[in-house]
Amino acid sequence: MRIKAKNRRRSPRKPGNIWSVLALGFVAAGGAPSLPALAEGAVDAARGKQLSYLVRQDCGSCHGMTLKGGLGRPLLPETLAGADARTLAAIILDGIPGTPMPPWRGQIDETEAMWIARALKEGTIE
Amino acid sequence: MNAIRTMVLSLVVLFTNLAGAAAGEPRGTGDLGIVIERASGSLAIVEWSGRRVLGRVEGLGDLSHASAVFSRDQRYAYVFGRDGGLTKVDLLEMKIAKRVVQGGNSIGGAISDDGTLIAVSNYEPGGVKVFDAVTLDLVADIPAAYGPKGALSKTVGLVDAPGRRFVFSLYDAGEIWIADFSQGPNPQLTRFAGIGSQPYDGLITGDGRHYIAGLFGEDGLSHLDLWAGKPEPRRILEGYGRGEEKLPVYKMPHLEGWALAGGRFILPEVGHHELIAMDAATFAEAGRVAVHGQPVFAVARPDGRQVWVNFAHPLNDTVQVVDVPSLKIIHEFKPGPAVLHMEFTPRGDEVWISVRDADKVEIYDTRTFAKRGELKIAKPSGIFFTARATRIGL
Repeated sequence: MRIKAKNRRRSPRKPGNIWSVLALGFVAAGGAPSLPALAEGAVDAARGKQLSYLVRQDCGSCHGMTLKGGLGRPLLPETLAGADARTLAAIILDGIPGTPMPPWRGQIDETEAMWIARALKEGTIE
Repeated sequence: MNAIRTMVLSLVVLFTNLAGAAAGEPRGTGDLGIVIERASGSLAIVEWSGRRVLGRVEGLGDLSHASAVFSRDQRYAYVFGRDGGLTKVDLLEMKIAKRVVQGGNSIGGAISDDGTLIAVSNYEPGGVKVFDAVTLDLVADIPAAYGPKGALSKTVGLVDAPGRRFVFSLYDAGEIWIADFSQGPNPQLTRFAGIGSQPYDGLITGDGRHYIAGLFGEDGLSHLDLWAGKPEPRRILEGYGRGEEKLPVYKMPHLEGWALAGGRFILPEVGHHELIAMDAATFAEAGRVAVHGQPVFAVARPDGRQVWVNFAHPLNDTVQVVDVPSLKIIHEFKPGPAVLHMEFTPRGDEVWISVRDADKVEIYDTRTFAKRGELKIAKPSGIFFTARATRIGL
């Protein structure tokens, strides 16, 4: 597992410290002090990498690998600024009927959808 | 002294150049091709008869979902990038001959039958732009404006049709347009509205007669007979989903590479894990094949005997081969994670398969299904061989 420099700074001292692992998940989940019910639990760095890859490569089929849009809308922080992360997570999980946006529930759980929504809004998809 | 040194240097340069020219044997381009390296904005130039990579060309921008067409002499590839980049690549010199960024977000293109025009299909701003094939100067801009407010539609399914024409579909508008350049650089436009909901891609048959748009918004396709005196779009295979609920589609199917074999078209369905066979004369259903997942490409081997199928995420590690006469799956294998594209050698003895997440292109014998080779290529997606230059619609 590759730990990002940013995360390493936040979890100093002893490597392998249990808090570094927890902090990592917390930062990855958005670092917000109060997580909504939808996003309790955390996404670890390894899964975060997988999700980032999924977003770029597979969501990218329609939204573009650089997330600038394609058949689907752009997913850049500026285009998502007005959107609530929970709403975005719900769209990821259940899709938008009548459009090509499919439901990802079953492949992505609620915590992960919330992580993706926040990462998109913050522009931190790797 | 200086004069002598200059002369000696000149001679050295002269001989070096001559030696270089002699070393570079003249060669043909009929067995060349390109493989898009989608993540690095580069492409590999390949030679299929030697099953090898000859070189790489970089600096082509965002190549996710990139495609290409070829000049008639098969020396140049015109590569359509996602970021609106149109790049003319010299396959012999292995370098970029010309590059323009013509739109914000594009999805593919076509070359006119006379080889002089390159058309690019754009999502943003929605429409089609047409360029001179030699200079890449803009020849015509065709905004896909529709509705009372003149909104611009994303354009899809752009193909060349005989008579210096291009045909394409308007995803948001549900229209098919023909842009006819036979009279010069100002195209005559023919618009067909109400062709169906959300056309997502289109194909033209190898004889240039039938344009077919796949519809995402409904179970069916739209057909236009370009040989008719007054072409009229009509719905075909209506209700092919039999009212069954659609399965999620994690990647849109492509209609390019459509299979016309034994008097039947073989097409991927949308939201159903099936291929549908359609009678090429009546356009009525002529059978179905249940397959592994949502088909993305259903590509006919050039002789039409087999159709090779790959699938959308998350079942995209698998390829199935359908025997066309019997409509039976005769072979299934897993080349690796994320099979994105398949390209046959022009006579169909071998097929090249890009396996994105394994960073390789695999080469198979299409009769024995034995693996013939493997090339290391970074995040490969589209594979395009120069023989496409000789075919309508490719």
